[in-house]
Amino acid sequence: MATMKSYESNINTVNESYIDRIFLMSNTTLLLVVTTIILLPLVYIVSASFSSAEAVIAGKVTLWPVDFSLLGYETIFEHKKVWNGFANSIFYTFFGTIFNVIMTIIAAYPLSRNDLVGRRFITFAFIFTMLFSGGLIPTYMVVRDLGLLNTRWAMILPTGIGPFNLLITITFFRTTIPPELIEAARIDGASDFRTFRSVILPLARPIIAVLTLFYAVNTHWNTYFQALIYLKDQDLFPLQIVLREILIQNSIDASMLIDVEDLVAREGLRDLLKFSLIVVASVPVMIIYPFVQRHFVKGMMIGSVK
Amino acid sequence: METKAKRGSGRSASEERAYRLWLRIRRNWQLYVLLFLPIVWLIVFRYAPMYGAQIAFRQYSPAFGIEGSPWVGFANFVRFFNSPKFEPVIINTLVLSFYSLIAGFPIPIILALSLNQVKARLFRSSVQMITYAPHFISTVVIVGMLFQFLHPRVGFTAVLANALGLNAPNWMGDPGAFRHIFVWSGVWQEMGFGAIIYLAVLSTIDPSLHEAAVVDGASRLQRIRYIDIPGLMPTAMVLLVLSTGRVLEISFEKVYLMQSPLNLAVSEVINTYVYKVGLLSPILDFSYSTAIGLLKGIVGLVLIIAVNHAARRLTENSVW
Repeated sequence: MATMKSYESNINTVNESYIDRIFLMSNTTLLLVVTTIILLPLVYIVSASFSSAEAVIAGKVTLWPVDFSLLGYETIFEHKKVWNGFANSIFYTFFGTIFNVIMTIIAAYPLSRNDLVGRRFITFAFIFTMLFSGGLIPTYMVVRDLGLLNTRWAMILPTGIGPFNLLITITFFRTTIPPELIEAARIDGASDFRTFRSVILPLARPIIAVLTLFYAVNTHWNTYFQALIYLKDQDLFPLQIVLREILIQNSIDASMLIDVEDLVAREGLRDLLKFSLIVVASVPVMIIYPFVQRHFVKGMMIGSVK
Repeated sequence: METKAKRGSGRSASEERAYRLWLRIRRNWQLYVLLFLPIVWLIVFRYAPMYGAQIAFRQYSPAFGIEGSPWVGFANFVRFFNSPKFEPVIINTLVLSFYSLIAGFPIPIILALSLNQVKARLFRSSVQMITYAPHFISTVVIVGMLFQFLHPRVGFTAVLANALGLNAPNWMGDPGAFRHIFVWSGVWQEMGFGAIIYLAVLSTIDPSLHEAAVVDGASRLQRIRYIDIPGLMPTAMVLLVLSTGRVLEISFEKVYLMQSPLNLAVSEVINTYVYKVGLLSPILDFSYSTAIGLLKGIVGLVLIIAVNHAARRLTENSVW
């Protein structure tokens, strides 16, 4: 970033030519258009979710809430299934991510050591799974034969180590921990366990942050595929499966709409509910995302160094 | 082993080498202990399925197990080649995939080049923040948003069409619109996040190159053309190789969510078909499903090796 800055300031001192000024203006316009296109659907969804059911069904909502109402949110808060899904997703994300991060770190550290016999072969065995896999059914059969079907374990154990995450972690250890440091610890009489615990782990904090985010968001919170194939029991469903039922398959518990007598209003509530649900489901990630954004960027950068 | 540790003179060179190797392994035994669990996990959850994939060549029945089921050779593959589903499924997969690739590959590069020209920090970081955001929305919510946004009655497009006095379109129910909606909503979601890596590379370009170009009177557009774009090429090439290798791996999650009986003719891809044959149909056919999945996996593997080879020959950049 430092080099970036000096380059910018140098350019600033040069007078922009006529052509360059036109270029910069169209460039800014382009970015404004892109940003608007990204924002528009988001603003529309949020506005609709705070509008009244009548306004939604009459198609009056565009960019601002019409007849401000919290009815959609109130209806969701009374819906047990959504809350159960929320709780399950938090469970899977929390324990799943801990499992993923520990496995990735204890695999990556030995594999980052040049003096490990068999390092290349084992690394290749991990990376190969990025290029080729046994496939859906054979993996399903393993999970079935281990007796994990329809248990919480099925949402955690199969996720294990993501090859891309392993790769960036190995790269991180290689580029940030000098071999002399490990050698010094050895000379001081530290075993590999001790070195790992007292030297490596404290230095690994940035990569642990990156891994936690990658796994929590991409492997757990936002996915539904594992739940779709491994879980049958409604009580175990994560939020994404519940969302799929309501948003995509249109199946809304009739009991949720029971207070509303008018058929048209009931239809309106059905749509209003979806808008509110989209907002509620995305809020947790959207709240933490600005704070963790730089970690994601860092992770991508480590990955790009390779 | 301990007694051998004394430097004997009678040992051959190969014995000496093997012994040295053993010493190095023994010295790092604790590292192997750390690796133990990850390797067990790798074998159980990644390599055992590869072994199980042999049911593609058998007629699997749960009563006989993997090794006990009768061997049928390539019968399952032949069945797929002759099936009426073969052609549409392959074509849908390839069209959807290459359409996504062609639309999704250049746009993050353009966005990164464009953002890189912005000097105002606040504007730059706001645009970045907003364009990254959709990446963090889950697939289910994105597809749910599509349904609501393009809803023929309450959707944004309907409201807009009504205001202009037009008939509200029903895009989600239109099979002709499926591919465009799939691809461009993907671009919408991922362009900002895809640009991160290119922005990172742009920030590592030697500023003296730009300074020299400015002295020589190069315009901004010329500097993009002759400095920024060549600087991005190696990264772009690697990413292109990786995405081409994954061309058959069209996102199951999103396609499956967007599928409806109306658009099945254009939306059935290999991954959704494998799932339906293997886990959803009334008569589950593990072997047939595995054969189709295996075919996809092997073609994908050959593809990525070929593309990587081609990239190395043509541009001297490659993944390995």
